Amino acid sequence: MSISRRKFLGWLGAAGAGAAVGRPAQAAGTARFPGHPEAFGVLFDVTRCIGCRKCEEACQKVNGLPAPERPFSDLTVMDRKRRTDSRNYTVVNRYDHVPGARGPLYRKLQCNHCLEPACASACFVAAFHKNSNGSVTYDESVCVGCRYCMIACPFEIPTYEYDKAFTPRVMKCTFCHPRLVEGLLPGCVEICPAEALTFGRRRDLLRIARERFEKFPGRYRDHIYGETEMGGTAWLTISGVPFRELGMREDLGTVAAPELTKGALSVVPIVAGLWPVLLTGIYAISQRRDKIAREESSAAVAAAVAQAQAEAKAKLAEAMAKAEKEKRAAVEKEVKKALEDAAKAKAQEGAAAAAAAEAEKKPS
Amino acid sequence: MPAPKFTLQKPALTPFNVVAGIILAVGLYVTVIRFTQGLAATTNLSDYNPWGIWIGFDLLVGVALAAGGYVTSAACYIFGLKRFHSAVRPAILTGFLGYALVVLALHYDVGRPWRLPYPFIVQSGTTSLLFEVAACVALYLTVLFIEFSPAALEWLGLKRARRIVVRLTLVLTIFGVVLSTLHQSSLGALFLIAPSKLHPLWYSPYIALFFFVSSVVAGLSMVIFESTLAHRYFHDKMDDEHLRQADGVALGFGKAAAWVLAGYFVMKVIGIAQTDAWSYLATGYGAWFLVELLGFILLPCYAFAIGVRDKNLKVIRWTAAWSVLGIVVNRFNVGLIAFNYHLPSSERYFPHWMEIAISLFVVTIGVVAYKFIVTHMPILYSHPDYDAH
Repeated sequence: MSISRRKFLGWLGAAGAGAAVGRPAQAAGTARFPGHPEAFGVLFDVTRCIGCRKCEEACQKVNGLPAPERPFSDLTVMDRKRRTDSRNYTVVNRYDHVPGARGPLYRKLQCNHCLEPACASACFVAAFHKNSNGSVTYDESVCVGCRYCMIACPFEIPTYEYDKAFTPRVMKCTFCHPRLVEGLLPGCVEICPAEALTFGRRRDLLRIARERFEKFPGRYRDHIYGETEMGGTAWLTISGVPFRELGMREDLGTVAAPELTKGALSVVPIVAGLWPVLLTGIYAISQRRDKIAREESSAAVAAAVAQAQAEAKAKLAEAMAKAEKEKRAAVEKEVKKALEDAAKAKAQEGAAAAAAAEAEKKPS
Repeated sequence: MPAPKFTLQKPALTPFNVVAGIILAVGLYVTVIRFTQGLAATTNLSDYNPWGIWIGFDLLVGVALAAGGYVTSAACYIFGLKRFHSAVRPAILTGFLGYALVVLALHYDVGRPWRLPYPFIVQSGTTSLLFEVAACVALYLTVLFIEFSPAALEWLGLKRARRIVVRLTLVLTIFGVVLSTLHQSSLGALFLIAPSKLHPLWYSPYIALFFFVSSVVAGLSMVIFESTLAHRYFHDKMDDEHLRQADGVALGFGKAAAWVLAGYFVMKVIGIAQTDAWSYLATGYGAWFLVELLGFILLPCYAFAIGVRDKNLKVIRWTAAWSVLGIVVNRFNVGLIAFNYHLPSSERYFPHWMEIAISLFVVTIGVVAYKFIVTHMPILYSHPDYDAH
């Protein structure tokens, strides 16, 4: 068998088109994804953070976010627990009287840039994208505003511009993706005066964290938050106290978000394939059942009619026979009667003749 | 049937018209605020609570309670239970109105409603269960529209179009059951992605199955419930077939509901065992879970069975209403009450009055539309000029 050059090129083109159309979604797929190999991350060291809020300030500046009501230098805003909102991609919270800590502890919140983000998996217009540099970015030009990403995110990071009537957006930290592309550091990392934030390749950061564990025995707990949480995150946190003391959930598990929904999604082809066949079968069975019932009932009706007819015929024949018999009997009776009458008349005639003869004899 | 003159002479200020009028007026007022000032002005939604009653009630409850359409048409056309034929048209009508109103309500909830077709025409996020929900709801609304259309076509006297549509009945019914299975279940599966936010008693790998099976209960109960109301207010519109079959429909559907509720109850218990959530039963949430499990699943199951055994239609009708309420309780639990159970009460959600106003507004539109349609189209009676299909 020979393949023409034209045919071969045609196949190649089709294969290329197929590959382009059927390209698996990188961040939102359901296969195990250990992260882009060269992806960046940030290591946040709770033991180094001094709660100066410089990172918040830098974030507001580089991202062009609205200025806060109270200046960044006002540290009393940390008297209450805050979360990310549509005007703040990152916030620092203060934790007082944590057992095992000498003073207050600070923890920075921002998007953790999951290796397999729940937001990207949940978005029905695929507005979120896990980039190869590690960042998870959002495309407002397709967002419908269903806010399922906010339901899905285990770290409660995405926020919404509820106050905008016409152009509300989901707002969240971008890992300063535009700056990374230019070769710049994220705003918060660049400004941090305490070196609490370390930028680097994620695999190097994991190594650095372990080195710190070894170098400073007793200073850290042997847990890198984000190494496995929800399948792993680009941002990693290390601390000297249990993470739950810093408002971080320790019950998230190690399963990436897409794993949680893949079973439910796999039901779609089963139902779509099996149901029509099954239901048509049930329909056919019920139709056939009705048909058989109809046939049986019409057969029963026919049998009943035939039987009734036969019975009527027999009755008729019987009646006919009876009538015939009666008729014959009546005729016989009549004949008999006539004969008897005739005989009687004859006898009377004979008697009368004898009497006449007697009478004739007397006078002589 | 009453002469048209009679309806014209009816007083305009009936209690129904007054109440409906007020709700619609308030709803229109809130609508203006919603679409000029945004979600913040009309809702208590927050960054912690992105979904409120416009999802918890209008979407989750609305879709479940509109399940009567696929349940009834499947019973009649696929399972061949012709004695339920007179119940099909009212069920299809309420299903169609229900889904149409769900889609209407979503326009209030999403941030940019004019982009609702985007998942299909701009960019598809096929890994999302919400994509499955959106695709199935959009397709099923179309199916219900076509299934409903013979009534409208008979009303309009378009015989040829009606004949074509009626031929599609079986295909549409099967397609409707496939789509309903998929999206009723995936509404529950939406929450699979958030195991850390939904209370362990309600979070279950079976949640999709729970939503599907309970939607069958919702469909069966709603048909009985709506038929009870229809008998009270539209008795004069019903023909002999409808009146003759009505009691049989209530008995048959009550019997089916008892069986399905029994299965649902067993599944829920297996669900607790599967996630080993027994210990949570001793908590406050556990008590509330038991109220749902025993009071809104086991109790109606038992009451339906008693009602069917004794042929007591009154018990069946009250149980249907109770069972409908049970579905509302379940969807509220999953979407609102047991969701974000880990947050302090200060961060929890309670609806703004304007959210409630819009939900009432949407339901009222449904009731008014139902009233208009059953008084004008052959829903509760067969049109004398056409054969049944």
